[in-house]
Amino acid sequence: MAVSLGPNASSAGRRRADLVFQAVALVVLAVALGALAVLVATVWRDGAHRLTWQFLTSFPSRRAESAGIYHAIVGSLYVIVLTAVMALPVGVAAATYLEEYGGRSRLARFIELNIANLAAVPSIIYGLLGLGLFVRTMAMGRSVLAGAATLALLALPVVILSTREALRTVPSSIREGSYALGATKWQTIWYQVLPMAVPGILTGLILALSRAIGETAPLITIGALTYIPFAPDSVWSAFTVLPIQIFNWVSRPQAAFKDNAAAGILVLLALLLTMNAIAIVLRDRYQRKGRP
Amino acid sequence: MSLRRGERAIEVLLFLCALASVGTTAGIIAVLAVETFAFFGEVSIVEFLTGTEWTPLFATKHFGVLPLLLGTTVVSVIALVVAVPTGLLSAIYLSEYAPERVRRVVKPVLEILAGVPTVVYGYFALTFVTPLLQQWLPGLSGFNALSPGIVMGLMILPLVSSLSEDAMRAVPRGLREGAYALGATRMQTALQVVVPAAFSGITAAVILAASRAIGETMIVAIAAGQQPRFTANPFVPIETMTAYIVQVSLGDTPQGTLEYRTIFAVGMLLFLMTFALNLLSSWLRARFREEYN
Repeated sequence: MAVSLGPNASSAGRRRADLVFQAVALVVLAVALGALAVLVATVWRDGAHRLTWQFLTSFPSRRAESAGIYHAIVGSLYVIVLTAVMALPVGVAAATYLEEYGGRSRLARFIELNIANLAAVPSIIYGLLGLGLFVRTMAMGRSVLAGAATLALLALPVVILSTREALRTVPSSIREGSYALGATKWQTIWYQVLPMAVPGILTGLILALSRAIGETAPLITIGALTYIPFAPDSVWSAFTVLPIQIFNWVSRPQAAFKDNAAAGILVLLALLLTMNAIAIVLRDRYQRKGRP
Repeated sequence: MSLRRGERAIEVLLFLCALASVGTTAGIIAVLAVETFAFFGEVSIVEFLTGTEWTPLFATKHFGVLPLLLGTTVVSVIALVVAVPTGLLSAIYLSEYAPERVRRVVKPVLEILAGVPTVVYGYFALTFVTPLLQQWLPGLSGFNALSPGIVMGLMILPLVSSLSEDAMRAVPRGLREGAYALGATRMQTALQVVVPAAFSGITAAVILAASRAIGETMIVAIAAGQQPRFTANPFVPIETMTAYIVQVSLGDTPQGTLEYRTIFAVGMLLFLMTFALNLLSSWLRARFREEYN
């Protein structure tokens, strides 16, 4: 790159270099965003014709044309709801401790560093943890419960980080006003601080869940099955989820199954889009209600 | 009195939840260590770390992890070659050039790239990018390191871009104004003042991206093949550490066997590598923050 245009380079030349640089940067951005468009278009081209009511309500099958995705949708919903139920209370509690109680103590700093690191641990490692801890040691087997517990651990750092962010936006005058009226620390947190932080917490939770719902590797590692002909009916059921069903279809050589995979991807993307839309609406509504 | 005791109990409860995160790390290390220890009871650690043949699922077993390590490295390097220059350029553009309006639209759209499930990227690599590349590279095998590497680069681009941009935006305005006062153009200011000033922050971003690439699983499990080969050739099928763990998990390997333990030994290696990179990255970021606060 012609970076070092010296002090003697002509003013016009330097200005031209500036324009060229800006153009290159714009092209790069356009290519990256274009790739996203091509990705969606490819999936749509391959999968749209398989998106029928029959596809959404059928079980897997050896024949691609009659195979469906009902069991995987139910499995994904089961897992994600359980994950939320486990990750939300623990995550919010941990964040509340770090933000409102922990202060700058050495232990709090250590926990923070640890959480930052956990957020960057590869998801498949969480799968190995889930396999060793939940499936074997705690004898949950390859159940919905074990899968959700694994994903809850995976989602925890994201929930903690976003909850802390939300708590930080609550002005300290709110806390001081509450103390002035004689409230205890916990009363202040429970009745004043947390309600004000709800939109931020929910947005963070949905963000974490939309990452979890697309996760494949950790659930394969704990032994979620790639072929099951039924939908889960309890937390102890064997299960599969959308991404695993997609992976199963992608790995088959026949083109018809690849189209099924594309249709599955469309369902998954629609689910993600819905979750993000809910997050935006929630944040919007609470913001209008909560803030002056 | 009881009120105060209740307050104290709540604090302890919250603290225990915070401690759960430390418990997660401890759990990861414990689970990996136990099985890895058992694994090295049967296989020599020297063979594991220096062997160039990885055939634990065959009749004649070899436990040299280097083919998996090399496969992981090749894919990750390709991903970084794609993501680092493009991510940095995007970051420079967003931080130094783009009007606020453009920035507010482009940034979230770019973030979508990071939010696409990796199994979707795997599908894209296998059914779109590989056939496309095969038109120009007739020697390219249906499974290869190149195509998943490129797609993975697309996936980690937003990570490089947004963390580098944060680092650049943290550079004090005064430095830029000084450069402009000396007659520098925006490009000269960006490349010769802002980027060097934000260098440790940018390095931290690149290291974190490398860690993400090493640990990425589904793209390579779908599009790179399952053939552990000791080669740096990006045109032939290979296998990464993560794809091997998936391969074994899909089969029905009984607990307690040597094959079962291999995935924990490989997982341990993967964990140690990413852990070291993550620590290095957060150390660099902390240092960067110190410089300007």
